[in-house]
Amino acid sequence: MKKLINDVDDVIADALKGIELSDDNVRVDHENRIIYRAEKTRDGKVAVISGGGSGHEPLHGGFVGLGMLDAACAGQMFTSPTPDQMLAATTEAEAGAGVLHIVKNYTGDVMNFEMAGEMAADSGVRVETIVVADDVAVQDSLYTAGRRGVGLTVLLEKIVGAAAEEGRDMDGVLEIAHRVNAGGRSMGMALTSCTVPAAGKPTFDLPEDEMEIGIGIHGEPGRHREPMGTAREVAKQLVDPILHDLDFTSGDTIVMVNGMGGTPLIELYLMYGEVKALLDAAGVTVARNLVGNYITSLDMAGCSVTLLKADDEILGLWDAPVRTAGLRWGV
Amino acid sequence: MGRVNTSQSASLAQLVEWLHQFGSLVQQNKGYLTELDSAIGDADHGANMARGMNAVLNELPETSGADALFKKVGMTLVSSVGGASGPLYGTFFMRFATPLGSGDEVSAESVAAALRAGLEGVLSRGKAELGDKTMVDAMTPAVEAIEAAVSSGESLAEATRAGAAAAREGREATIEMVARKGRASYLGERSKGHQDPGATSTAYLFEALAASLDGA
Repeated sequence: MKKLINDVDDVIADALKGIELSDDNVRVDHENRIIYRAEKTRDGKVAVISGGGSGHEPLHGGFVGLGMLDAACAGQMFTSPTPDQMLAATTEAEAGAGVLHIVKNYTGDVMNFEMAGEMAADSGVRVETIVVADDVAVQDSLYTAGRRGVGLTVLLEKIVGAAAEEGRDMDGVLEIAHRVNAGGRSMGMALTSCTVPAAGKPTFDLPEDEMEIGIGIHGEPGRHREPMGTAREVAKQLVDPILHDLDFTSGDTIVMVNGMGGTPLIELYLMYGEVKALLDAAGVTVARNLVGNYITSLDMAGCSVTLLKADDEILGLWDAPVRTAGLRWGV
Repeated sequence: MGRVNTSQSASLAQLVEWLHQFGSLVQQNKGYLTELDSAIGDADHGANMARGMNAVLNELPETSGADALFKKVGMTLVSSVGGASGPLYGTFFMRFATPLGSGDEVSAESVAAALRAGLEGVLSRGKAELGDKTMVDAMTPAVEAIEAAVSSGESLAEATRAGAAAAREGREATIEMVARKGRASYLGERSKGHQDPGATSTAYLFEALAASLDGA
């Protein structure tokens, strides 16, 4: 394993130091591993908080700032943060209008946020939760933990963050959150496994001539494995299941082509070209796009595609100013 | 050694010894738990449980009643493990704590009631059912075996030995199950043939309980 680290046990603590030094707009509670906006939450604004295992950067800490999150809790590598971290973030960011927890649908994340919500409720803070579940690679049935929360989380944090920044109350913010969650779908693939520093070796073996279709964001295996194809073939394997799951032919769509961390941007742009051609052919109107590494799986090579149905209101919130390490426009 | 423990109660010292024994088993089998977890999960169960039990043993209160001590154990696990195991094992110990009372001697009936409360906590937190290929598949038969033995008047040593055996059988049974909860559920049929890491650590929990209550 070759990585730019000092000690496998210090990766997250050392990275949080760098994050704080690199961005004047955030401050870091190193003990609780929470990234906050530098300024306290404006009085009467709904506080929007997220968190998850580390290793997905810029998600979530890189999305703390004006127009997006108020705080983000960093867990251990690929492991959900703990309820006391989330409770600390909730108490600190709360400004009289309640706190929204944005949770990716993974068993550990859901349980830890649930416990934090119960503790916060005991102390009289209104906490609402949106569980993002957009991964079409997982069948949503009684026989699974439900669809995983993946790429849509990025778009949802942007749009919901903008709604809170605008001054909407909790009910208004929640309504947008549910609408985005219902209208978004993702699908991902891997060319290589990632290597978790503490493990020191790749999580799974993937031969040089094969790819894994339908991956999550923790190096967990996907839906199936097959011979490596061209970018055009891969794009089809990602877009088709999404369009099969939800009709995107009416209204506008926001598209994200996301890198898993180990794929160069030139390949992501190339993939965007392929995805856009498929969407055009399918009658999907792409109103906005995002191409880059936004929700990653350490050094995994591969990509994911996310589509989100958007009306004028959602597009307006998408275009609203944002100033974070990971997304920045209009400011 | 050779001496049969016929006691109908457990001392607080024995229950604390349980935590030490569980901690050692987790520590000794850290690599094995992680190996099981990398096949159908995300390769961190061993590391997470070892970190949690280290924290528990480092932060054991010097003097406190059984209920307060085990409540603290649960809180420590919740705040140091993360993932799904933190809330699940944490809830188990927090619920286990209440029926113990604040004394330093706990009756067999109270131990059984505490284990039942812990199991109910895990069920309501994780929403898993028997057969979903989770820790519940080891914990449910273990608690039922202990309850049955205690109510038929067997000693705690005998009861917890029966519990450990039932947990081991439950753990073995997860091998052929298709996961319906947790990260392994994403694999569907591909999860078959693999032993569940959570059921494995739960089998250690009951093995440790039997060991700590035996021969005192």
